[in-house]
Amino acid sequence: MTDSVYRIQGATGEWEVVIGLEVHAQVTSNSKLFSGAATAFGAEPNAQVSLVDAAMPGMLPVPNRECIRQAVRTGLAIDAQINKWSRFDRKNYFYADLPQGYQISQLYHPLVGEGAIDIALDDKDPENTKRIGIERIHVEQDAGKLMHDQHPTMSYVDLNRSGVALMEIVSRPDMRSPAEAGAYLAKLRTILRYVGSCDGNMDQGSMRADVNVSVRRPGEPFGTRTETKNVNSVRFVMATVEHEANRQVDVLESGGKVVQETRLFDPDSGTTRSMRSKEDAHDYRYFPDPDLLPLELTDDFIEECRASLPELPDAKRHRYENALGLAAYAAGVLTAEVETARWFEALLAETAKAAGKREAEVAKQASNWLISEFFGALNKLGKTLDTSPVGHEAAAELLALVADGTISGSIAKQVLEKMLAGEGGAAEIVEREGLKQTSDTGAIEAAVAKVLADNADKVEQYKGGKEALFGFFVGQTMKAMQGKANPQVVNELLKKALG
Amino acid sequence: MTELTELTVAEIRDGVAGGAFKAVEVAEAFNANVAAAQAALNAFIVTTPYKAIEAAARVDADRAAGKALGKLAGVPIGMKDLFATKGVQTTAASHILEGFTPEYESTVSRNLWNAGAGMLGKLNLDQFAMGSSNETSAFGNVVSPWRRWDGDTAPLAPGGSSGGSSAAVSARLCPAATGTDTGGSIRQPAAFTGISGIKPTYGRCSRWGIVAFASSLDQAGPMARTVRDCAIMLEAMAGFDPKDATSLDLPVPAWEAGLNPDLRGKKVGVPREYRLDGMDGEVAASWDQGIAWLKDAGAEVVEISLPHTRYALPTYYIIAPAEASSNLARYDGVRYGLRDLPDGANLQEMYAATRAAGFGAEVKRRILIGTYVLSAGFYDAYYTQAQKVRTLIARDFEKAFEQCDVILVPTTPSAAFALGEKSADPLEMYLNDVFSVPASLAGLPAMSVPAGLNGQGLPLGLQVIGRPFDEQGVLNAGLAIESRAAFHAKPEKWW
Repeated sequence: MTDSVYRIQGATGEWEVVIGLEVHAQVTSNSKLFSGAATAFGAEPNAQVSLVDAAMPGMLPVPNRECIRQAVRTGLAIDAQINKWSRFDRKNYFYADLPQGYQISQLYHPLVGEGAIDIALDDKDPENTKRIGIERIHVEQDAGKLMHDQHPTMSYVDLNRSGVALMEIVSRPDMRSPAEAGAYLAKLRTILRYVGSCDGNMDQGSMRADVNVSVRRPGEPFGTRTETKNVNSVRFVMATVEHEANRQVDVLESGGKVVQETRLFDPDSGTTRSMRSKEDAHDYRYFPDPDLLPLELTDDFIEECRASLPELPDAKRHRYENALGLAAYAAGVLTAEVETARWFEALLAETAKAAGKREAEVAKQASNWLISEFFGALNKLGKTLDTSPVGHEAAAELLALVADGTISGSIAKQVLEKMLAGEGGAAEIVEREGLKQTSDTGAIEAAVAKVLADNADKVEQYKGGKEALFGFFVGQTMKAMQGKANPQVVNELLKKALG
Repeated sequence: MTELTELTVAEIRDGVAGGAFKAVEVAEAFNANVAAAQAALNAFIVTTPYKAIEAAARVDADRAAGKALGKLAGVPIGMKDLFATKGVQTTAASHILEGFTPEYESTVSRNLWNAGAGMLGKLNLDQFAMGSSNETSAFGNVVSPWRRWDGDTAPLAPGGSSGGSSAAVSARLCPAATGTDTGGSIRQPAAFTGISGIKPTYGRCSRWGIVAFASSLDQAGPMARTVRDCAIMLEAMAGFDPKDATSLDLPVPAWEAGLNPDLRGKKVGVPREYRLDGMDGEVAASWDQGIAWLKDAGAEVVEISLPHTRYALPTYYIIAPAEASSNLARYDGVRYGLRDLPDGANLQEMYAATRAAGFGAEVKRRILIGTYVLSAGFYDAYYTQAQKVRTLIARDFEKAFEQCDVILVPTTPSAAFALGEKSADPLEMYLNDVFSVPASLAGLPAMSVPAGLNGQGLPLGLQVIGRPFDEQGVLNAGLAIESRAAFHAKPEKWW
């Protein structure tokens, strides 16, 4: 990344962009942070509201152990300090989506302290990373949802989200380009999904980012920042940074001052607009929630959280490279999404088992096939691994047939197409269609002899030094054998025949 | 036979269990007293005679069927209208909750019904439990059944905030009632009306379903005519509740069985800081008498120091309003209770109109104080400082309890005052809590028991403060005073 420093070229010179993200991630849990109400997405409005969520008189919050556990696991996954003593505070303000008149959050003593994640901007070189600091993770309640388009004069309130647990993950202002901001959010999402503490469904609002942007002359102190709220995709975060940084440069270069304010991103125009300035900011009157005791974690609890963590993406990528011998790029692709890694590992295990080989022996084959054959084929069908008509077991059967020489790679392509079309399992298709490759030297020798006889001119040229023609003879022989010849045997016999 | 309404909780329980009378007869007798006194005393916001009868009939049926009876079987009680009662209006004596009928039952009231008690009605109180005289109720003030001996018929304050409870118990409208105590709201009204009341250790009684005033201080407790009755009631009310994160996860001791007025081997602390300059002479004399009684019961009396006592009241009047300002934000006109929506009003205007119309003056005052002390720029000077002082006050008690087992002090600086006498000056009203607030800030169990009458024939109370979780020690010292004070005075019936 050092080779591509991001700078905005203004009329008066270069500007550096400084970015920090506050990511709100909905904690994966069956019930809310302080009540027993369910959290599933898509329920009927107000179907998942307990007396506590509706702030009925005399109702009290009780912390949900699972939400705390998920936040601690997340903290451990980003190498963060876990605060064994933390506390909930009330953030007071009036709004119709906030029944209590306050949000229970953690201002003064967050659950998780300093941590960091490493981001890579170059897919081809995942080892070239930049460390982005994370200041803290605190746990807080989500608010309800207001619907303003249901009635001409009234707004409707849906409290299903009210009280759902969120992690607020606050980065340091360590990012310097739209790409870094995008990579940070994507990497964070990957980690959360590996950990299983957030489903990362940005389109359902499970993850959203407040984007803090400022600009400065390189090397100078931080400029005044703006905060763009609730940006809900990697692409939009990048667009927000890009637009906001350029807007600020324009303001500064035309002699103005950047106003510290809250802004909104408009996905249709790709621009941001002002929501409220610092002068309108609420005085939230934070104070410790007297309904809740401080949260004190035992070492046992923290160790239990640590033990429950899966292999995380960076560790997995290193293992793929070192233990399985995959190229850095492939290892990066396979570990970017937890589902892909899971699918790959299942495929690997089943292929090794079916082929009677060690995993490391079939890893490259499985990885190449997955990345260069299967993803493309699924893509054409508009499917993903989740919705694939061919599961990893069926795929392993196919790969095992290649691994043990039953079919060639090119035949495997045809077989996969038939499998995707629902025409049966790999072995079944190979059997039915007679696609088994032959190593019968007699048949192949006959085919070679015919190809060489039919192409006597090319044989002359080959012998005259045009060695590139060897591939042509292989192709012709394979064609004559309808693709079913063992390519290795073809090679050997051709070499022998051509002397 | 004594009139049923003169019986104590223990006597009713035992009489019902023994078949001396039916629970329904008891309920009917108290229902009649409630109805006869309502116009004059205004102790109840709503009466629920059918509830009392229903519960009593169940007890009678259970007894007839030979089933085991609960700890409070056949005892009708009054319920402070701060406890949510399923299907019965719950208002906190505020206009903003008028007509609100919860779909849920508070843990404490449910515990009482499960023990066989029945509900005579919802008792009046200071609005949101903010007040010391019951004059802040939106449903009119309660009038104390007590009058001065000098022929002055000026209506007196029953104390507050549990003034409906104190008036009703002392006037024999119910043998016992629930109260809640944030800074003295059980002890001060008990003292004003010649009855007993205990605020247990913070966390003993679940706060779930009690309309919150100041969460870190609010604690429910019983009010009754005897120490034994308080013990019986508290046993039924207390207990761990997983729905309250501040609930104490401890077993409920058998307080009634543990009652013992013999204080030999116990030390009673008398804090010098409570002997204020210009202290009411009769209150001081009553305190001295109490010290003598406890010596007589075998206790050793030691002088102790609680050096931060004088900061307790200002500390309380920062912390309690701060919490209240946030706790009361939920009364916004959106989901329940009053909604005042002027023509064309937007959301903010609806909030303002609803809260302006719904809250009384004292509630507004405390919301304003609380909002102020939590505001940016003032938070550290007020709230943070108050929390530090609170810690120092708690530490004072911790140190004192290294030297003694219980502490004896007056409950209030004076006997009951006349209605209207202090309502114009909030500060003078707040001063009434001066002896009760320190134990609240420290979360300690504290009890008021009647000690005698002053020169005007009005009751004075003595307060026993104990170590955390040592309700038994408090009750026993209270019992030692009770048995020596032989307080049998009751208000002469004028209603």
